[in-house]
Amino acid sequence: MSDPITPVLTKRWLSPNSWRLSTYEQLEGYTAVRKALRGTPEQLVSLIKEAGLRGRGGAGFPAGVKWGFMPKDEEKPHYLVINADEGEPGTCKDIPLMMADPHSLIEGCIISAYAMRAHRCFIYVRGEVLHCMRRLSAAVSEAYEAGYLGSDILGSGFDLDITVHAGAGAYICGEETALLDSLEGRRGEPRLKPPFPAASGLYAQPTTVNNVETIATVPFIVNGGVDWFRAMGTEKSPGPKIYSISGHVEHPGQYEAPLGTTLRELLDLAGGMKDGIPLKFWTPGGSSTPLFTAEHLDVPLDFEGAAEAGSMLGTTALMIFNETVSVPWAVMKWTQFYRHESCGKCTPCREGTYWLAQILERMVDGRGTEEDIETLLDVCDNVLGRSFCALGDGAVSPITSGIQYFRSEFLELCRQNATSSAASSGGDAQSALVGAQS
Amino acid sequence: MTIAPEEQQTQVPEGHVKLTIDGQEVIAPEGELVIRTAERIGTVIPRFCDHPLLDPAGACRQCLVEVEVNGRAMPKPQASCTIAVADGMVVQTQKSSEVANKAQEGVMELLLINHPLDCPICDKGGECPLQNQAMAHGRATSRFVDTKRTFPKPLSISSQVLLDRERCVQCQRCTRFSEQIAGDPFIEMLERGPSQQVGTAETSDIVDSASHTSAGEPFQSYFSGNTIQICPVGALTSAEYRFRSRPFDLVSAPSVCEHCAAGCAQRTDFRRGKVMRRLAGEDPEVNEEWDCDKGRFAFRYAAARDRIRKPLVRDSGDGVLREASWTEALRVTSEALLGARAGAGVGVLSGGRLTVEDAYAYAKFARVALGTNDIDFRARAHSDEELEFLTGRVLGTSPGSAVSYADIEKAPAVLCVAFEPEEESPIVFLRLRKSARDRGTRVFHIGQWATPAVRKTFGELLTCAPGAEAAVLDGIAEHASDLDEALRTDGALVLVGERAAEVPGLFAAVDSLVRRTGARAAWVPRRAGERGSLDAGAAPTLLPGGIRYDDERARNELESLWGLEGGALPARRGRDTAGMLAAAARGELDALVVGGVDPDDLPDPEGALRALRAAGFVLSIEMRPSPVTELADVVLPIAPADEKSGSYLNWEGRSRGFEVTLAGTGALPDCRLLDTLAVEMDVDLFTQTPAAAAADLAKVCELRGSTATGQPVEAGSSARRELGTGQVWLATWRELIDNASLQVDEPYLAGTARRAVLRLSPATAQRFGIERGKPASVHTELGTLTLPAELTDMPDDVVWVPARSPVSVRSALGAGHGAAVGLAAASTEGDRG
Repeated sequence: MSDPITPVLTKRWLSPNSWRLSTYEQLEGYTAVRKALRGTPEQLVSLIKEAGLRGRGGAGFPAGVKWGFMPKDEEKPHYLVINADEGEPGTCKDIPLMMADPHSLIEGCIISAYAMRAHRCFIYVRGEVLHCMRRLSAAVSEAYEAGYLGSDILGSGFDLDITVHAGAGAYICGEETALLDSLEGRRGEPRLKPPFPAASGLYAQPTTVNNVETIATVPFIVNGGVDWFRAMGTEKSPGPKIYSISGHVEHPGQYEAPLGTTLRELLDLAGGMKDGIPLKFWTPGGSSTPLFTAEHLDVPLDFEGAAEAGSMLGTTALMIFNETVSVPWAVMKWTQFYRHESCGKCTPCREGTYWLAQILERMVDGRGTEEDIETLLDVCDNVLGRSFCALGDGAVSPITSGIQYFRSEFLELCRQNATSSAASSGGDAQSALVGAQS
Repeated sequence: MTIAPEEQQTQVPEGHVKLTIDGQEVIAPEGELVIRTAERIGTVIPRFCDHPLLDPAGACRQCLVEVEVNGRAMPKPQASCTIAVADGMVVQTQKSSEVANKAQEGVMELLLINHPLDCPICDKGGECPLQNQAMAHGRATSRFVDTKRTFPKPLSISSQVLLDRERCVQCQRCTRFSEQIAGDPFIEMLERGPSQQVGTAETSDIVDSASHTSAGEPFQSYFSGNTIQICPVGALTSAEYRFRSRPFDLVSAPSVCEHCAAGCAQRTDFRRGKVMRRLAGEDPEVNEEWDCDKGRFAFRYAAARDRIRKPLVRDSGDGVLREASWTEALRVTSEALLGARAGAGVGVLSGGRLTVEDAYAYAKFARVALGTNDIDFRARAHSDEELEFLTGRVLGTSPGSAVSYADIEKAPAVLCVAFEPEEESPIVFLRLRKSARDRGTRVFHIGQWATPAVRKTFGELLTCAPGAEAAVLDGIAEHASDLDEALRTDGALVLVGERAAEVPGLFAAVDSLVRRTGARAAWVPRRAGERGSLDAGAAPTLLPGGIRYDDERARNELESLWGLEGGALPARRGRDTAGMLAAAARGELDALVVGGVDPDDLPDPEGALRALRAAGFVLSIEMRPSPVTELADVVLPIAPADEKSGSYLNWEGRSRGFEVTLAGTGALPDCRLLDTLAVEMDVDLFTQTPAAAAADLAKVCELRGSTATGQPVEAGSSARRELGTGQVWLATWRELIDNASLQVDEPYLAGTARRAVLRLSPATAQRFGIERGKPASVHTELGTLTLPAELTDMPDDVVWVPARSPVSVRSALGAGHGAAVGLAAASTEGDRG
C-alpha cells in the first residue's frame, strides 16, 4: 500500500466552520486566485493541460483541453457552468465538498472563468439538496462581500458573477447538454452534438461545463504547480481524488486518495468489510460502471486501470456489497432507477429501460425463464452504444456485468421458477383442493 | 473513340466532399446528412424522426450506420440523420454492415414492443412507415410478455387532430413541425422516460397541480393537419377522416388546391365517387410538403346535400325556381341574354374561384357573345388604381420574370403591405417564416396590430390607422431609414394583399416605393382564381392575353384570330364590379351573368342585392344556393374543382394544372357551360373543354405576349377622412377559417378557427367604457356588429374586427377597412342576440 497521502481537496473539511470565508482564508484560501489573476488566461490553460487534470464528473476528459476549445476572442459572452447535479447512484463527493468547503469551488470558478474569459458562471446544483444550496449561496454572498466576486475582482479588472441554480430533480440533467437545456428553463434533454458547448452552449454562446471536483482542484494546482500535482496519482491520471465509499463497510464516507488507489487499500481506510462478511461485488464509479467482484480488489482505480479491467472509473463511487446481497435484485433496483430517469428522447433508452426493468422484476419475483437472460443480454446489446447519450450505456452496465459475473444467480432464479411451476402444474388438483378447504 | 483511363480520379467540385457508402464512392455537398446522400445512391436507411424539412433530432435511432472518419472507426454506430458527410468518410449501412443491421433491427424491435397491434383498425394501416418497416425487417413474434403502457384514447389535441398516445413512437416530428415550421408550439413533449408523451397545456398535469397561470389554450394552428400527415405511425389522426376508409381502398389523384392563390400541390384520395381526404402534395418550388388546414380539410362543400345538380329556371307562374332541363334552361337564358344584349346590355361578374380556362371562357363570352367589356372578376372591394397596378406590374408575370417563393426564401427583407400572410396566403406565410428563421430575412408588416403572423415571422410592425397605409409608405424614406435601406438591398420584396384596393393611393404608393428603392413588388391575392382571371382577360380594361380594350390594332388581331368581323370587339371601356352593379340598379344594364360571387364579399352587399333585383335577367352560375341564386332567373350548375380539369395561376403567375379527380359526375366546367350557352346564342367560343380553352388562350397569348406595361400608377382620389364624434377607424380583414361558402359541412375545421374578438387599444377602450372580454359593438347607419372586446397594443381610435367571422362586416355595416364607424360598449343581451 502506498503512503496515505496528505489530504488536499478535503484538508479543510474537519476544521470548525470550514465553510466560512474566514476559515477558508486562514487555510490558504483565495491565495491561488491572486496568483492566477496576475497571469494570463493562456498561461492558466496550459498549466491545467500540463498538470494533466482530468474531468472528475465521470468521463475523465482532460480539463485543460476542454478549456482550450473556448474561443480566444470575446465576441460573444462566454459561460462557465458547474455541473453540481450529483446524481449518479453511490456518488457522494460534490455535495460534501460544497457543504464543507464551498469556497474552494468558488475560488476554482474565478480562476477557471478567468482562464476561459467568462464573466458569468452558473452552478447547477441538484435540486434535492436544499441544505447544500443554502450553504453554497451563503458562501457566494460572502465572496461577493469580500470582493472575490463582482466587478474588478481584487483590483485585477476581471469581472465575474456567480449564479447558484437549483435543478428540478432529473438525473438526465447531469448530462452536460441536458443541463444547459434545463438551465435555460427547458425540459432537460441531451442536445445534438455538434455543435459542442464550447461553440454553442448556454443560450447558444461558448460554454464550458465542468464538474465541481474538477474546478475545486484548480486552485491547488495553481498554488502547488504541475510537479506537485503529478506527484500524486499515475502518469495518465494524476492528482488526488475523492472516493465515495458506501455499502457494507465499517465506515462509509468520502476518502481522498491519489488516483490509482485500489479497493483493497480503500477498504483498509474504511475499516474493512462490515462485520467481516466477505465482499461479493462492487461498483468502481457508480451504477453506470460495470460491476467488479472480489477478483478486482487490486485493480488500480484510475481511468486506465478501471477501463483495462473492463469497467470505468466514473465518479469513483464505490458501492460495496457483501455476500448477503442478491445480484439480480440489485441489478433490478438499478434498472428501475434508470427506467425512472430516462428522459424518453431516444428509443433504445426509453423502451430498453422500461422492458429490461419489467423482465428483471419478473425474474426476481421468481417468474423468469432462461430465455429471459438471453433476451436481457440482447436488449442490452441493442441499447449499448445505440442511445442518444450515455444514460442508455450506463443503464445496461449493471445488467451485462451482473450476468457476466453472476450468471448462475440469474439461472438459479429461473430454475426455481421452472421447478415450482412444474410442481404446481403437477399438483394442480391437490392445490385446488387445499385452496377450497382453507 | 477514346477510352478513359480506368483509374481516373473523380473531380470533387468546390464545396463538395467525396465519401464511400457501402463501398460506393459518392460526391456530396458539404453539410449534407449521410441519410440523404445514401438516399441519392438508392440506399434507403430506415427512419422515423428524420424529416428533410425539420431540424434533425436523432431521437428514434432507427437510422444507425457504421461510420469511419479519417481512417478511424467511430466507436458507436451513428445516427445517419444527424451526421454530416465528410471527406474520406466511410459509411456502412445495413446493406454492408452486420453491426448497423443489428442496431436497426434492435431499435425496430424496441419501437414495436409497446406499439399496439391495432393496425387493422388504425387509419395509418396500409400506409404506415412503422408497419412497412416492421413487415420488412421486424420479428414475426415478440419475445416480450410483460405489460404494455396504455393511455386513455383518443386525446383531442384540437377539434380536428386526435392523438392515440400508445401508438406514438416519440419521434417528435409533430412537435418539431409545430415549433419550427408553423411557429405554433401548442403541443409539446411532456413527462419523461417511458411516460413521455405528446400533449398540450390542457392535457398536462402541470396545469392542475403546479399553477393556474396557463390559459390552457388548445392546439390552435392553421397547419395542424400537417402533423397528421408527417406522423410516421397512426398516433395523430384527423377527426374528419378517422375510421372512414382504408388507404388501399382509396384512389389517389394529384390535385391543386382551389382555396387560395398559393397554388399548393395536393393529393386527393377518393373512393366510390366521393372524396375522402386531401393531403399535401410535394412541390419544393411551391408548398414544399405542407398544406394549410383549409386546403386539407375544406372539401366537403362539393358533396353538400344542397348542391345544385340540375339547372333551375324561375317559373313564370309562381316565381319559384324549379328544376329544368338543360335544353330549356339554355334556351331561356340565351333568349334573355340576346334580348339584353340588344337592349341596355349585359354585365358579367365572374368571381374569384375560376380556373384560367374558365376565366378565359367568361372573358371571351362577354366580348363575343355579349359584345361588352363589362366583365370583372373582382368580387370584393376594388379600384381603378388597383387595375392600373395589376396592368402595370402583375399582368403576364411568372416565376421566371417576377417574384416567386424562392425569391421570398432568398430575400434579405420583405415588406408586407395590407397583407396578412397567415390569414390570406398561408404558404406564403410559411415561406416568410422559413426565410426569417433560417436566413434571418427581415420581415416588415404595415398593419394595425401585431398579429400572430408578425410574431411568427420575427417581424417588425409599422402601425398606422386603417386607411393611412399609403401615407406610411410615402413616409418610409423620412421616418424609417432602416426599412428604406433594407428595401434597397438586392432581392428585397414588397408583398401587397387584396386589402390594398380599399385604401386609395396605396397601390400608387407601392408603385413609387419600388421605383424609388428597387425592391420588387408582388401582388398576393386571396383567392385562387384572381391571378388567372386577370391574365385571361376577365377584367373591364383587359382582354385575354393582356390586350388593352383601347388598343385597336391588337383588338383587330384578336378579331381575326377569333374569326370575328373587323370592329366586332367592343371598344368601350368596361365597367368594374361596382360600376356594373350600380348600372344594373339604375336600369342601365338589362342582365347580369354572375359566377361564384358572394354579395357579402362585395363593398356594398345591400346595393348588390338591389342591383340583382333590379336587373331584368340574372343568370347565376353556381354550385350551391346563395343570395344570388335566390334572386336569379336561371341557375346553371357547374362542377367543383374535383370534378373538372384546368389550371390556376397562383400569385407567382405559375400555372398549376390539374386533371379531373372524380370523373363522370356529369358536372360541367364553366368553360363548357359557357361554350354551350354561346352556341345557343349562335356564337362559337371554342371552349368545349378546358384543354380546348387553354389552347385557344395560348394562341391569343402568342399574339402579343402578355406583359406588364410597367406604367406608373396614379393614386385614386380619396375623400378627406375625418372621424365624427363617437367614431373610430375600422380595420378588418378575412381570417383563413371563417364562414366562407367553401368551408361548409366541416365542423372539425370550423372548430380550429380563431376566436372572434373586437380589438382596440386600452386607451380607446377606456374612452368608450369598454371592458376586456365584455361585448362591444361597432355600428353604422346600416347596422351593428357585436363581439367580445380584446385589448390590444394598437393605435388609438382604431377598432379591428374579423371580416367574416362569424358574420360579414360588409353586410352588417356596409363598411370596410378604413371606414369610420361608431363604437360603443354593448349590453350583454346584445351579445346574446
